[in-house]
Amino acid sequence: MSASPPALAVGGLCVSYGTNTALDGVDFDLAQGELCGLIGVNGSGKSTLFKTVMGLEKPTRGTVLIFGMAPAEARRSGRITYVPQSEDVDWTFPVSVHDVVMMGRYGYMGRSRRPSSADRAAVAEALERVDLTGLAGRPIGELSGGQRKRAFVARGIAQNADLLLLDEPFAGVDIASERLISAQLTALAAAGRTVLISTHDLAGVPRLCTSAVLLHRRVLAAGPPAQVLTDANLALAFGGDPERREIA
Amino acid sequence: MNIVSWLAEPFGYGFMTNALAITLAAAVVCSVLSCWLVLMGWSLMGDAISHAVLPGVALSYLVGVPFALGALVFGLGAVYLIGGLRSSTKLKGDTATGVVFTALFALGLALVSKIPSQVDLGHILFGNVLGAGPQELAVVLGLGGLTLATVLYLRKDLTLLAFDPVHAHAIGLNARTLNAVLLGLLALTVVASLQAIGIILVVALLITPGATAFLLTRRFGRMLVIAAALGTVSAVAGIYASYYLDLSTGASVVLAQALLFLAAYLFAPRNGVLVAGLRRRAAA
Repeated sequence: MSASPPALAVGGLCVSYGTNTALDGVDFDLAQGELCGLIGVNGSGKSTLFKTVMGLEKPTRGTVLIFGMAPAEARRSGRITYVPQSEDVDWTFPVSVHDVVMMGRYGYMGRSRRPSSADRAAVAEALERVDLTGLAGRPIGELSGGQRKRAFVARGIAQNADLLLLDEPFAGVDIASERLISAQLTALAAAGRTVLISTHDLAGVPRLCTSAVLLHRRVLAAGPPAQVLTDANLALAFGGDPERREIA
Repeated sequence: MNIVSWLAEPFGYGFMTNALAITLAAAVVCSVLSCWLVLMGWSLMGDAISHAVLPGVALSYLVGVPFALGALVFGLGAVYLIGGLRSSTKLKGDTATGVVFTALFALGLALVSKIPSQVDLGHILFGNVLGAGPQELAVVLGLGGLTLATVLYLRKDLTLLAFDPVHAHAIGLNARTLNAVLLGLLALTVVASLQAIGIILVVALLITPGATAFLLTRRFGRMLVIAAALGTVSAVAGIYASYYLDLSTGASVVLAQALLFLAAYLFAPRNGVLVAGLRRRAAA
């Protein structure tokens, strides 16, 4: 096999806010087709890592490469997509589910964002895959928590991005939606897409993910979930208090 | 007097026709822009820009250039200063905005009181559309037309930026440039509308139609159309009120918009306060 670059290569990454160090020398690679769970307590730097990969935070040191490209180039070529946390979205905004998924296709359109028949077909297919076809015309805010999340996953599918970042995709999501989203992420990874999810649902990681990264400002452990989620590692990440794993 | 002649009478005067055209153009452009401003939480940015243009107006008279030019320079300057203050300090946005626009407004008042000119402060603060001529109409149509064409061309990107700036960034859009374009157009619109409505009340045109439309629909495309219609109705109502009731045109237009907002607040089919109350009672 030819040496294709990793989907995501994070090297020696440091990010500080003033005197506060959020990330301190983070190193890990994601191979193409991996479905990786990023695990850590609040304040461990998960959100900062996502923001830095997206190019929203500037690293003080270190590098991020996406398919061997600088993040700005990866963004311009539409290879990366992001599913935000629920609390980061304005659910009163007057857009329909269909509008939201169509936003995934904007990178394929001209400046006035007039959809082609290919764009419409991609949106219809993505909606079908997350079982929202019947709700396409609804305002996004009228959906349940799980349906809203499915709409944003559909946007990532419609975009046809190669690297998908999902911030807490299962928070506030019903069981049926969680299963549906998990199945879609597994299918995406099987099709060669690379998926990175941040989560504190430790129990779900071995079932869903092909790899895991345990983060606490640095990478404490990375690799197959069974090797990462050992009691010793979790004690390091969660401060030795198994009770705190629940609220992590 | 029959209704037709009642409706036609004001426009027997050329200045009334001119005033209607200026007020309509300003109200429609402001209304369309207000849809994005309301959704982005930028409602008071229009207020800041409108106050900040005052020194520009005063200096324009001193230098002898069209007042729109000076106003535009100070409007854009205010946007730049507010942005600079936000990024170079830890002050919150509303604080940075408040410090900059009040300082510029005070500078404007000081200049107006010192510069000998025919600048009538009352006309700048409260508008003087009945005294406007074809030149002012040309300014509104030119700046307003440019603004309208640009926002309608970029409407999908502006809506994406308002809804999900991270996704906009993720697909390679330059959020900073888009923000700057929107703020620049806002400054243009404020300047174009000063003649009709004045510095103090122009912010109402930049908030109320969008806010009213927001109460009436959950579709952005419809929100734009409803806001533009509300702007049109309030401009026409304001012109008639100022003719028959001898009221300030600017105040009449803003009052008409406030009444429309109140009606939507009470009677909106889905979320109107009265409608929801009646529905609850019927269900009980």
